[in-house]
Amino acid sequence: MNAAGWSRIQFAFTITYHYLFPQLTMGLALLIVIFKALYLKTRNENFNHAARFWTRIFGINFAVGVVTGIPMEFQFGTNWAKFSNFAGGVIGMSLAMEGMFAFFAESSFLGILLFGEKRFGQKVHMVSAIMLFLGSWLSGYFIIVTNAFMQHPVGYTMGADHKLHMANPMAFLLNPWALWEYSHNMTASVVTASFVVASVGAFYLLIGRHREVASLFLKVAVVTGFIASVIQVFPTGDGQSRMISYYQKPTLAAMEGKFRTSAHAGLVLMGQPNEENGNIENPVVVPSVLSALAYGSANSKVKGLNSFPKQDRPDNLVLLYYAYHIMVGLGTFFILLTGISLVMLRKNLLMNSTPLLWVIMLAFPFPYIATTAGWMVTEIGRQPWLVYGLERTIQGVSPTVSGGDVAFSTLGFLGLYLVVGVLFLYMIGRTINEGPEPHAEMTSGTQLPSATAN
Amino acid sequence: MTIIWFALIAVALAVYVVLDGFDFGAGILHLFVAHTDEERRTVLAAIGPVWDGNEVWLLASGGTLVFVFPAVYAAGFSGFYLPLMMALWLLILRGISIEFRSHEKHWIWRSFWDGVFAFSSLLMAVILGAALGNVIRGVPLTQQGYFHGPLFTNFMPGKNPGVLDWYTVLVGVFATVALALHGACYLQLKTEGTLQKRLNATIPALWAAMLATGLLTTLATNAVRPELYANLILRPWTWLLALMIAVSVFGLPIAHRKGSELFTFIASAGTLIGLLAATAAGLYPVLLLSTTNAAYSLTVYNSANSQHGLQIGLIWWSTALAIAVVYFVFLFRSFKGKVNLGDNVYHE
Ligand code: HDD
Ligand code: HEM
Ligand code: HEM
Repeated sequence: MNAAGWSRIQFAFTITYHYLFPQLTMGLALLIVIFKALYLKTRNENFNHAARFWTRIFGINFAVGVVTGIPMEFQFGTNWAKFSNFAGGVIGMSLAMEGMFAFFAESSFLGILLFGEKRFGQKVHMVSAIMLFLGSWLSGYFIIVTNAFMQHPVGYTMGADHKLHMANPMAFLLNPWALWEYSHNMTASVVTASFVVASVGAFYLLIGRHREVASLFLKVAVVTGFIASVIQVFPTGDGQSRMISYYQKPTLAAMEGKFRTSAHAGLVLMGQPNEENGNIENPVVVPSVLSALAYGSANSKVKGLNSFPKQDRPDNLVLLYYAYHIMVGLGTFFILLTGISLVMLRKNLLMNSTPLLWVIMLAFPFPYIATTAGWMVTEIGRQPWLVYGLERTIQGVSPTVSGGDVAFSTLGFLGLYLVVGVLFLYMIGRTINEGPEPHAEMTSGTQLPSATAN
Repeated sequence: MTIIWFALIAVALAVYVVLDGFDFGAGILHLFVAHTDEERRTVLAAIGPVWDGNEVWLLASGGTLVFVFPAVYAAGFSGFYLPLMMALWLLILRGISIEFRSHEKHWIWRSFWDGVFAFSSLLMAVILGAALGNVIRGVPLTQQGYFHGPLFTNFMPGKNPGVLDWYTVLVGVFATVALALHGACYLQLKTEGTLQKRLNATIPALWAAMLATGLLTTLATNAVRPELYANLILRPWTWLLALMIAVSVFGLPIAHRKGSELFTFIASAGTLIGLLAATAAGLYPVLLLSTTNAAYSLTVYNSANSQHGLQIGLIWWSTALAIAVVYFVFLFRSFKGKVNLGDNVYHE
């Protein structure tokens, strides 16, 4: 395979892997702030145990997020040199801003959050939790702005040198695409963190350990999980689909499995796309709904794939279609699961309902699956463009790097990330096994003084 | 406008070398100076709260380079493809060895990560030096503005040099010695007792080695890229940098003998900053020299982003820099003084 093919594989692999970590970090930062705030409000030690436990998980997760993020920053130059040269004058701004505004804040305050509770007391500790939350959400914004520019370029001019230059920084930073993408993506991150926190809580309850702290995990996470799951679908998921239906018509057609242009377009709930025959096999379709969702009226025309020349369509239709349907299907399931859990919580039945606890415990991988699927929709849907309408993916690769080099380094990343992943899981498992209650050595002598510290 | 940006990127990179440099230095010395588990934990705790923030200076400089000189970022990063990939792997290993080591108590686990930490820090120091060496020597840029840098060719700097030749290796060795010294100067500030005594004992030897390799590198640089010194002589304000280097280099052993921990560290930082600033000032306005044809070189004139973007950029960039400096002052003041192993409630 040539450098372009390998670079696509390498980028897809390294970014998907990297994103597994920030995805939890960003949502968890919010939940840690909530636990910490509840502790300061109620002075119930268990909330502080919860905050500290999740900070430990956060620390491990963050470390892997950091080390896998560094290659991302460099790959724009190593693998996509012509893209950096072409678009760097614009996307360089958000990349630089991410480093300057967000990463400095995150990395400085993580040190204090992890090492400083005893030294500086609860107030500084709370402030650093909030700063970490803001820093990570800010870094999410800047990178989403970068991605949104590639999806829907705004705020640039084309220079005489055939490169993109910054014309309107505000327009670039407030790209409408970015606003929707950001809200949808961040909500997904809160869903992920809620599911993970709830899952560990359910696990402790099922094995009968740390009952008090575990029920706090569940109480907080079920509420945040439900709110986030609803927002995930409406308005943010809906908003995303609208952006696509206006600005990336071939993508819409592909992800909805719409082969032919028509008005009163139906929404395909299920069925297998067949690229050769250009139809959906065994479809379950709700008539007219797609037209209504995309353009607000049942008789609006929705363009099918047949209206676009082949070289302007995404090249992996089938994967795009399945990824989209997996995401939407899981979104529906999340609302159901968190909704039922919330009802049970209000009736005070949740903590004793063994079957539901089992489902909650096992559900934590699904937000990861939904998010990865969602990003596949975004990124495969953007094909064949690297910067939509301006530069094609094949035009962006490094001219002097050979396919073999990229294949070699891809293998290197595969091996290294496998090791990192195993170690990560081992350490998370250990931390969960140790549990949220303070260890023996810590209670004796090093008891965290909530009263004296303030 | 471009000269301001050139200076800002040079400053950000110099700050990176000074800050992450002592992390690498600590890694290089780790196995030699810290023998017991407690001593090793002390070394790691001395850099634990700050290493990630230090590394961000590299990321921030990289991001800024994309924004200001996209063509240089594109050419440089794709040209050095394989060495950069290896540097990335080393940075990954360095990061996880610091973060994972103390999570498990068994000595096999801990010794393994100590080894990984030392190995990755050492190689990173060599790579940073060799990278600087490549920028000074020049790379085989073509008319299209790209190049392919093989790992090595005939080990001679010439028209078609590899990433490694005798000159870049020499700069790599110099960087390793200088960063080891820098790490020792940082650690003596953060430690006490036997560990500090051992560190203090290494400083004179490392200092002598730095002086020797440094003089050799200076002569070699004059042979490989004579314009650098010619430029410096033509720009009289840079003589101040020469003064700064001289004061720092010779002030270091004096401060150390007097027992001034802080000034020893400052002298070492001053040496690094002075050398990097002088190099940047000597290279200006060329960013990447072409060894195939000087006309293909990438300079601040032919590779910069549009003036409009750069002007606005100056506003937000300097705001962000000011905030970042506040964080760092806060962070380093928070953890000033000797390392206290009892501070960390998360792992023991
Ligand atoms: C918990 C995960 C999750 C869930 C349940 C959903 N999404 Fe999603 N979706 C994401 C997680 C996600 C994501 C991974 O975070 C993406 C990738 C890029 C982005 O901003 O969000 C995404 C992208 C994404 C895109 C592609 C945008 C583009 O091409 O730029 C669309 C159209 C939708 N989503 C629509 C929906 C709808 C209609 C949902 C309703 C059920 C839905 N998503 C549920
Ligand atoms: C927000 C920051 C992101 C940026 C700037 C970005 C940029 C890119 C670039 C430059 C490529 C290679 C060129 C191409 O194939 O079009 C790519 C491909 C890809 N990315 Fe992203 N990406 C981002 C986030 C993500 C995330 C979080 C994921 C997954 C979790 C992801 C999944 C993929 C996939 C699957 C491909 C391969 C698509 C294909 O070649 O068909 N991306 N992205
Ligand atoms: C191509 C795209 C990407 C690049 C170049 C990139 C770059 C980086 C880098 C260099 C770091 C380490 C920062 C440090 O040292 O503190 C990092 C961490 C992080 N990234 Fe990414 N990243 C990308 C995709 C994403 C995406 C899609 C998101 C979320 C929307 C994201 C959110 C974060 C966050 C929150 C962190 C902090 C560490 C963590 O949470 O694990 N990144 N990223």
